[in-house]
Amino acid sequence: MIDYTSVLSKKVTEIKPSGIRKFFDIANTMNDVISLGVGEPDFRTPWQIRSAGIRSLEHGSTRYTANRGLEPLREELSEYVCKKYGVRYDPKTEILVTVGGSEAIDMTVRALVDPGDEVIIPQPSYVCYEPITTLCGGVPVIIETKAENGFKLTGSELAAAITPRTKLLILPYPSNPTGAVMERADIEEIAEVLRGTNVCVISDEIYAELTFGGTHACAPSVADLKERTVLINGFSKAFSMTGWRLGYACGPAPLITEITKIHQYAIMCAPTASQYAAVEALRHCDKEVERMREEYDDRRRIIVNGFNALGLECREPKGAFYAFPSIRSTGLTSDEFCERLLESKHVAVVPGTAFGKSGEGFVRASYCYSIDHIKEALSRIGEFLKEIRA
Amino acid sequence: MNKKILKLLEKNARISDADIATITGLSESEVKAEIKEMEDEGIIRGYKGIIDWERVDSDAVSAIIELKVTPTAGLGFEDVAERISRYPEVESVSLMSGACDLIVTVKGRTFHEVSDFLAKELAVIDSVTSTATQFIMRKYKELGFELTSEEKDERGAFSL
Repeated sequence: MIDYTSVLSKKVTEIKPSGIRKFFDIANTMNDVISLGVGEPDFRTPWQIRSAGIRSLEHGSTRYTANRGLEPLREELSEYVCKKYGVRYDPKTEILVTVGGSEAIDMTVRALVDPGDEVIIPQPSYVCYEPITTLCGGVPVIIETKAENGFKLTGSELAAAITPRTKLLILPYPSNPTGAVMERADIEEIAEVLRGTNVCVISDEIYAELTFGGTHACAPSVADLKERTVLINGFSKAFSMTGWRLGYACGPAPLITEITKIHQYAIMCAPTASQYAAVEALRHCDKEVERMREEYDDRRRIIVNGFNALGLECREPKGAFYAFPSIRSTGLTSDEFCERLLESKHVAVVPGTAFGKSGEGFVRASYCYSIDHIKEALSRIGEFLKEIRA
Repeated sequence: MNKKILKLLEKNARISDADIATITGLSESEVKAEIKEMEDEGIIRGYKGIIDWERVDSDAVSAIIELKVTPTAGLGFEDVAERISRYPEVESVSLMSGACDLIVTVKGRTFHEVSDFLAKELAVIDSVTSTATQFIMRKYKELGFELTSEEKDERGAFSL
């Protein structure tokens, strides 16, 4: 009989399981969970996008596309990114269509990181950067961003983390889980620190379209960052297309060429029907995106106001679709808070620590839910607080 | 006039003043005043529930009636439309471009009730020269709400 622990790659077995596994198991035993726990839009993909996907199947467009993605899609992306974010990429050499933003992140890290290379990762942040770095033999260097800075990455924090081995900086804004955004001036500070180095940047801007009360500042459009940056975005959040698995990477041709090489061997191409649907999304769905953003904005105000009214201090998230209230006043750890809230009130929120140690003292509450749902969750959290404060 | 409030009410007329206040950044009393003003100006005409009556009372019927109207000296389009609007069983009256002049939607407890109404009330109006009635067999969407599909949230409780 095979001893599987001995055959599996050490790098893989040493990766920690996700910080929400335990909660998932508890929630699965309940049938009336009010969840604020998911990182996925509640809206269905706008009908015209679904329809374009269906039409492509009816026409029999069921084969591989070019490795880089359909040419019309890359052309639309080039226009879209230029119009929205003020930075132009050549659709022939500087854009790669990927299986979600996730694949783009994975491929880009793989294309850049050699064993021993350091990858700077600001946290709290989405959970994939650290394990992907580790799988490449890279060394994750964590910067614990501060609540008092609104969880932005500052120039001085970055400068202190850079060493001669630094290969790559991950810039994950707008942030899941904190809702923080980096404004133009904040990014300029980062550009200033990186100037003259060979450090590259992955700017994971998957939540770019969900920026509230201001326009999104796209990292490669700032100062001289474009030459060192791979911009990653996708269709999941902006167009409510999570299940279609479609994202893209834009960057300097020499980088995109090598990333495409890996993509070609690992993936071949992104799903064809999804690519056709995405062309429609880019061409005709501004209004739908705007409608969803407006709805998120309404909910955002309700949830932030709700947490503050309950005495859980919550800064205004300027992007993504999460509130990140502090639960320090309860005296509980994030993990305890989430477990007890789930056990006693059947409300699901995610501990901040699932996104890095610096998330301690916070929980992530998604507002990808209707206002009524959010209010029901808040009211149960209110009861919970009353009980633990009593 | 406050368009944001109108949009919120159009989406959900039962939204509380407190929630509108949170969303718009106004105070609750400012919200009340804005709504009152828009009601007084006739911008907000009322608040109704969207009810799928087929689930309650399977005999209830609705019909769409196309009317051709030849205006006479004393009875123009406006007069006919206003006159028809007064019947409580009439749900909507619209002046149309195209082949017919007015489209009237009518709701009744039974098929006969609607036919009676058509024969005894609408068809006999002087300027109405012809009517064409279509009974609605099933409603799939009403005022933006899909009536047949059950929206289920198939997302789990947690994802990162």
